[in-house]
Amino acid sequence: MSEPIRLSTPLKDEDIAGLKTGDKVLLSGKIYTARDAAHKRLLADIDAGQKPPFELEGAVIYYVGPSPAPPGRPIGSAGPTTSYRMDTYAPRLHSMGVKASIGKGKRGDTVKDALQEFKGVYFGATGGAGALLSQRITSARILAYEDLGPEAIRELEVKDFPLLVVNDSFGGELYVKPRIK
Amino acid sequence: MRTINAGAITDVVAKICLEANIKAPDDVLQAFKKSQETETSPAGLEILNQLLENVKLAGETGLPLCQDTGLAVFFVELGTDCRVEGDLYQAINDGVRQGYEKGYLRKSVCHPLTRKNTGDNTPAIIHLDLVPGDKIRIKFMAKGGGSENMSRATMLTPAQGWEGIKKFVVNRVAEAGPNPCPPTIVGVGIGGTFDHAPILAKKALFRPLDQKHSDPEIAAMEDELFAAINDLGIGPMGMGGNTTSLGVKIEMAPCHIASLPLAVNIQCHSARHKEVVI
Ligand code: SF4
Repeated sequence: MSEPIRLSTPLKDEDIAGLKTGDKVLLSGKIYTARDAAHKRLLADIDAGQKPPFELEGAVIYYVGPSPAPPGRPIGSAGPTTSYRMDTYAPRLHSMGVKASIGKGKRGDTVKDALQEFKGVYFGATGGAGALLSQRITSARILAYEDLGPEAIRELEVKDFPLLVVNDSFGGELYVKPRIK
Repeated sequence: MRTINAGAITDVVAKICLEANIKAPDDVLQAFKKSQETETSPAGLEILNQLLENVKLAGETGLPLCQDTGLAVFFVELGTDCRVEGDLYQAINDGVRQGYEKGYLRKSVCHPLTRKNTGDNTPAIIHLDLVPGDKIRIKFMAKGGGSENMSRATMLTPAQGWEGIKKFVVNRVAEAGPNPCPPTIVGVGIGGTFDHAPILAKKALFRPLDQKHSDPEIAAMEDELFAAINDLGIGPMGMGGNTTSLGVKIEMAPCHIASLPLAVNIQCHSARHKEVVI
């Protein structure tokens, strides 16, 4: 496989334009965790006129519900969760400036369209590699919705977080189509 | 009649919940290594390497293999000559509570509608069978949500037979694609009733990967499904390749003359399970 592309957050349009399906990326900087319940609340709060707990412009959202941090570690196991459950929310977040999401599994057409329209990408991280990915997270703090436990919104600082571009901003997709006989 | 104290069961359950979530079972580890040798897609191979690295790191750091430490599922075989002093269900749930707390494992159980977390990963799903003998065998599985969501049950017509079963199972795995974290283990339950087939499918997931079904005809069906699934080309995490599945396990039971119940329970590569006999 080709050499990885190094990127730091917040992501800009130029960063996105340089990414193609299949590219390996090492991401550094701040990223934000959110999954089902957090997405629902985040958008409801925005609709109610509240300021989001992090800057949406250029943001990367990681679909993860980490396991609790054992003593001496910033975070527990932290691999991606299945992304399609967030398809309902992703296009709106992209329209508000979010540049990328990190998860595993297929995205729906509305998300793929939004990636083209708002210049975004969908990154895949290796599902189930929670212990491995945890090593690339240097700090974690809860920003909002602490009562949601593993689903709270956290700010993570990542260093060389290993990703693959699954859906790019040009309509490309990495996942292979199964051969059905 | 042998008496087992409920407290002893709690201790054992706490221990296996913790261990299973951190250490990959040997059969799964062997299957990873075997696929590393046969995987032809570079992207697929890269994922397999990461998964093996993950197993190593979990062992070194004591972090769970996957952040989704699952819903705690138990198949308990209780000997008829064995009496549990105390409440068996409560003993198991207490063990889950302790193991998940002590191991810094994620609590993933919530109310289905309000989504409020129960906070301690209980209640566990417990299937109880009575068997001869004076022992109790406790089989535990940490069942992750990603792969469980890709599972399906259906009622075929008897005329659809084996061809219908094969088509449904292979299509289900194809449709699930990268979502259930392939390489997966595919549990298939055939027969029984509408509610029984999924239990058979889940039970099938406990059989060690290198152990074929004792009935050669069913073993041949497992091989046929295994080949058809790996022929799909989905590969590790959907990146392409010939390692879509590490094994297909079938459990079968007689059913009504009008019915052909079928269930597919997909297990991700993080196939955490452990069993103990007390
Ligand atoms: S499907 Fe399995 S390996 Fe993938 S995230 Fe869920 S529990 Fe982990």
